[in-house]
Amino acid sequence: MQTVFSIAIDAFAYGMVLFVISIGLSVTMGLMRVVNLAHGAFAMIGGYIASYAAQHLGLGYAVAVLLAVVGTVIIAIPIERLLYRRIYGAPELTQVLMTIGITFCIIGIANYVFGPTLKTIPLPPALQGSADLGFRSIAVHRLFAIVCGLAVAGGLWYAIEKTAFGVKLRASVDNASMAAALGVRTEIIYAISFAVAVGLAAFGGVLGAELLPVEPYYALRYMVTFLVVVSVGGAGSIPGALLACLVLGGIDTTGRYLMPEFGEFFFYLAVIAIICVFPRGLAGRAR
Amino acid sequence: MKRAIIAAFAAIILGSGAYADTIKIGVVGPFSGPFALQGKNFKAGIDAYMAMHGTTVGDDTVKIIYRDLPAADPAQSKALAQELVVKEKVQYLAGFYFTPDAMAVTPILKQADVPLIVMNAATSAIVTKSPLVVRTSFTTWQTSTPIAKVAHDAGVAKVISIVSDYGPGIDAENAFKAGFEKEGGAVVEAIRMPLSTNDFSPIMQRIKDSGAQGVFAFLPSGPTTLGFVKAYNENGLKAAGIKFFAPGDLTQESDLPALGDAALGIQTTFHYAVSHDSPENKAFVEAASKAIGNPAELSFPSVGAFDGMNVIYKMIEATGGEQDAQKAVDAVKGLSWISPRGPVSIDPESRHITQNIYLREVTKADDGSYYNKEIQTFEKQGDPGLAAIK
Repeated sequence: MQTVFSIAIDAFAYGMVLFVISIGLSVTMGLMRVVNLAHGAFAMIGGYIASYAAQHLGLGYAVAVLLAVVGTVIIAIPIERLLYRRIYGAPELTQVLMTIGITFCIIGIANYVFGPTLKTIPLPPALQGSADLGFRSIAVHRLFAIVCGLAVAGGLWYAIEKTAFGVKLRASVDNASMAAALGVRTEIIYAISFAVAVGLAAFGGVLGAELLPVEPYYALRYMVTFLVVVSVGGAGSIPGALLACLVLGGIDTTGRYLMPEFGEFFFYLAVIAIICVFPRGLAGRAR
Repeated sequence: MKRAIIAAFAAIILGSGAYADTIKIGVVGPFSGPFALQGKNFKAGIDAYMAMHGTTVGDDTVKIIYRDLPAADPAQSKALAQELVVKEKVQYLAGFYFTPDAMAVTPILKQADVPLIVMNAATSAIVTKSPLVVRTSFTTWQTSTPIAKVAHDAGVAKVISIVSDYGPGIDAENAFKAGFEKEGGAVVEAIRMPLSTNDFSPIMQRIKDSGAQGVFAFLPSGPTTLGFVKAYNENGLKAAGIKFFAPGDLTQESDLPALGDAALGIQTTFHYAVSHDSPENKAFVEAASKAIGNPAELSFPSVGAFDGMNVIYKMIEATGGEQDAQKAVDAVKGLSWISPRGPVSIDPESRHITQNIYLREVTKADDGSYYNKEIQTFEKQGDPGLAAIK
């Protein structure tokens, strides 16, 4: 019984970390219809900024996180204006080629500027060490990731479903020209959503750095995982992504505990099964 | 027709070798991509050797030609080696970070009349594939066997083995198991996890549930090692007194700054620590640091490359610059010298390097940096893996 609880806790924590890192991609792919393979690259930029701020400038963790999010968004603004704007509404293949190109450029630059070694983001004392849950101990930063994941999920859901901005965003996504005719500044809506998605990527990169360490190949190494989460959850759906992360995190963790030799067999088996039954993902919208 | 082409090949190679006064050495390694750091270390070791010993042997000038092979890719490795032999007319092939890449090259050596000096690839079997292979690095068997004795001496009787599911991981598992059972210990469980594992918490839970007093681990250096060592600490295994044993790949110097306090006290066995205290190593580290630029990036492949160059220089000396692979290899059989890692020799039978294996503990230096402190020496270790595969 204790083992079951243990696995459940690990699965929940892993799922939430996955969620925080992947949700930004769900926003770009589902709401903006851009297959953004550079998502991992933005997460990596966030990680590098936070690492640099914390290790070389000696700033606190909270400041480093904030700086990572803001800094990544600032870096992303010219990229959005000059490159991404051309591929909104373009065929998927064009988007894939362009964003994978951006990813390779960022990998090259990161390798050149920061070198190929691993970078860490030192945690504040409050997040170090482990907390005792009575029947086992768990790293405090995992609990922190769970809290952050829930907060991000709640915040995004509220912003998209309940606010005027969310209404405009959904309108622009469903029919850009009609929304524009009704006086919605779609360009600004897109720019803001892109900034939010990039900011979330950076936040996820920093928060997940304990699990997925920051190094130049981060951008490609974990890309498949991010894409799987989005396609299983249904692009653009916050509850869908949350559900997908928890289900996949659970299956992956249980499989790894009980039958590590099988590797990610169960993970991908679950992905195939879910996609067969729900081709648009667990909570995907029909077009 | 085929025979004629081969004859033509041989004629070109032999003909050019005899009159060449520039001796070319083709070095294949990962100089870009995720393993670029290891390739950089190859280059640093080679540059350091040539800075210390000059770029000429007798009347011949030595020239290194690098070829980039970013990831393990046997077909590409063979293509690069052929290109080096046929077009660049190299007299020696060297480098090779990954086992499959080195294996792919062994069939062409005899025909090309070129010796292969393996500077890293660590699977025991490579040297058996061709009599023209010499290795100056280490094997996973060689570095993983002594840790079994360390574990036993520390009073641990039951160990769980956790390795990444790929060639060297399986080698490490077998080496440890063989060594540990010989000492009278028991491996209670042997788990192979996929290379792409990110979250190690379930594995840690598994270790706890197994009731083992110690864990033997092998993972490729880099991000996975960092995740594993952190999970070991965070899940309370360290606090529970479960001991951690591993070969030195896990605590390679370039990863130590990232591992930080999490790695403190971890004991590993390996053939080289950058901190090794000897005048030879001091000179080497100084030259190699200069070559690599950032001393924090210096790690074990550099010493394999450094000693590989020493072997090649001896070969050139023995053959007088003529192309004769068998004579060159015969000349270094039994060769012994003082390497930056300590006294080493080339075993005449296996053509693999016999060397000291050191037990090291990750320690914090006075200036706050971390290093592998050597605390015990296992002298003159051969490769137990060769006996195991026979």
